[in-house]
This record gives sequence, C-alpha cells and structure tokens, in this order.
Amino acid sequence: MDMMTPLRRVRGLGSAKAGTEHFWQQRLTAVSNFFLISFFIIFLIWLHDGTYADMRAAFANPLIGIGMALTMMSVTYHMRLGVQVVIEDYIHGDAKIPLLILNNFFAIAIAAASLFAIVKMSFGA
Amino acid sequence: MVELALPKNSRITKGKEWPRPAGATRTREFAIYRWSPDDDANPRIDTFHVDLDDCGPMVLDALLWIKNKVDATLTLRRSCREGICGSCAMNIDGGNTLACTKGMDEINGTIKVYPLPHMPVIKDLVPDLTLPYAQLRSIEPWLQTETPAPEKEWKQSHADREKLDGLYECILCFCCQTSCPSYWWNGERYLGPAVLLQAYRWLIDSRDEATGDRLDALEDPFKLYRCHTIMNCTQTCPKGLNPAKAIAEIRKMMVERRV
Repeated sequence: MDMMTPLRRVRGLGSAKAGTEHFWQQRLTAVSNFFLISFFIIFLIWLHDGTYADMRAAFANPLIGIGMALTMMSVTYHMRLGVQVVIEDYIHGDAKIPLLILNNFFAIAIAAASLFAIVKMSFGA
Repeated sequence: MVELALPKNSRITKGKEWPRPAGATRTREFAIYRWSPDDDANPRIDTFHVDLDDCGPMVLDALLWIKNKVDATLTLRRSCREGICGSCAMNIDGGNTLACTKGMDEINGTIKVYPLPHMPVIKDLVPDLTLPYAQLRSIEPWLQTETPAPEKEWKQSHADREKLDGLYECILCFCCQTSCPSYWWNGERYLGPAVLLQAYRWLIDSRDEATGDRLDALEDPFKLYRCHTIMNCTQTCPKGLNPAKAIAEIRKMMVERRV
C-alpha cells in the first residue's frame, strides 16, 4: 500500500501531450479502408473464378496494382494503430512494451510481404 | 494483464434469507450485495422480502424499509431522495442508476442491488469514490480567468449559456464513470466519462480563459483517448445526459486546434 495522495495518483506522470495524432490517423485510415476494401471486395468478386493468368493480367494494370498496394498499406497501418490500443487497454505488466514493439514489427512485416507480392504480381516474369 | 475474474476473497457467496414480513399480502423479493470490513467473510447476497403495502414505490424506499424494519446494518448512501444529490447511485437490475428515481415497477422479478461496479467497497452498497473525486479535482472544474474580475458578474450571451445545457445538470453520481469498461481496465489513467463531461463543461464555457491549457492537460492517450465509444455511460445516465458526446466534442476541439 503506497501513501500517495489521490491527486498525486491520478495526475501520475502528467499529460503526454499526444494522442490526437493517433486518433486522427486511425480515423483517416478508417475512411481510406472503407473505399480500398470496397475496391478489394469488388476485385475478388470480379475475378473469383479467374485463372492465375487472369490474376497476373489484372495486377499488371497500374490502377489495380496501385489500388492493391494502397489497400495493404492502409489496412496494415490501421491494424497497427488498433492493436496498439488493444495492448494498451489490456496488458499492464512488463509484457506491454515488448508487445508494442512486436506489434510494430508484425504490421511492417505484413505490409512488406504484401507489397513484395504485389510488385511481383504486377512486374514479375 | 487486466483482471477478468474477481480475486478469491471478493467472490460472492449465498447469504442469508430473511423472513417474509408477517401478514403481508403484496411482497417484493430483493437480492442485495452485502460485505462488511469487520469480518473476514466473502461478500454475500442476502434475500429480503419487502411489504409493498407498507413502503413507497421506489427502490430507495424499499432499501430504507429493509434498513428500518428488517436489518439495521444494511449500509447505503442516500440524501435528497429526489435525484439531485447523486448519493444513492448503485447497480440495480444490472444497470447503474439512482435508487431514489428507479421505481420498483420498472423491474421484473427479483430486484438485484449491488454497489457501483469496479470500485473498492467500503461496506454493503457504499463504494469508495476517492479515485473519481481526485480525477474531478485534477481537471480543475472551476472558472479560470486572467482578465481582472468585472465589478459585477462575468457576462455570457444566451447562445453561449445554452451550450452548457446537457452538461451543468450532471450531479456527479458516477453511474456513467463506473459503467465504463475502459474505466474498469484503466481507471487510474483514464479520466472516465463523468470527469470528461465536466472537463467539456469548462472547455466550452465562454467565460473561461484557460481553454488551451485545459486541452493541453487532456491531450493524452489515456486521460482522454481511452474512450472507445462503448456508450454505456450515455445509456446508464439517470439524468439523461450524454457523456459520450461530450468526449467526442473534446476530440473535435483537439483536432480543430491542429488543422
């Protein structure tokens, strides 16, 4: 049992003077996700019975290739922001910082792998 | 990791079944949370039967009837009995509300009464509200000005005064505060809906000159941004206020001053 006053406890380390940027980016990517995931679903429906060659041909179209790249970047960034909040909400002990680091690495790894696949599909032999 | 289950010494056990009032024709069953710091026992749920022909219509009437006629050790806060002091805030029929304005006829079956959730319990239905009171103090809920005080009052237009409607009515019962899962998990760092509604009440007061400082103090991933628009606060407010909207308005001000 510590002997801090209640006011000392709730003031804690003070305001971080941050948080609005995270909030804004999260809302921004929510809006971009709405359009980009709609595009992605339409694409899936359009080519749902297409062959691998059809897929390659579609990705070779700059609009599709760029659209796919934007979708993956927007989704993975949004995921990184969202999972960060989940970790901050529920994980309070020593595991918090390592998990926040892993969350960043994971999102970047997914984005990098996806972008590599999209580039390969669009330009690869 | 947050605690998802109650610690062993807080698990609720079955309590005492108090006898039905003799000769009563219309009774209502109450299941009430009991815990005393004076013994080492776990909390328990006692069952009472209230004589509706000998008692007023509200849940508070029944609780006081029990205290007066059945078990004088039943402990609760109450004062005004008309929904303006906020003392008798408790969890009734699964929702936080004021016992004095909740009618027994609004509830089906056994009336379950617990203290406000996720606060330390002092005794029975009395929670320890030290933390939310300190949080309220931390946002400095009073008029702050640098301009020398006018001879008479600080003036405010009718339009600016209207902006305080839906905010000034808050009676600080903390029903919303203790209904918020974000506050349950991060109560020490998240200010909670009641305190943020008060913060907004001062942020949009046209007479206050500390708006920027107030926003600076709130700009924090935990103090403000732990709200995930779960909306329990707005749903449960016994005064019909909307703390979730107040929080959204603070966020709008945060964005507005950056763009």
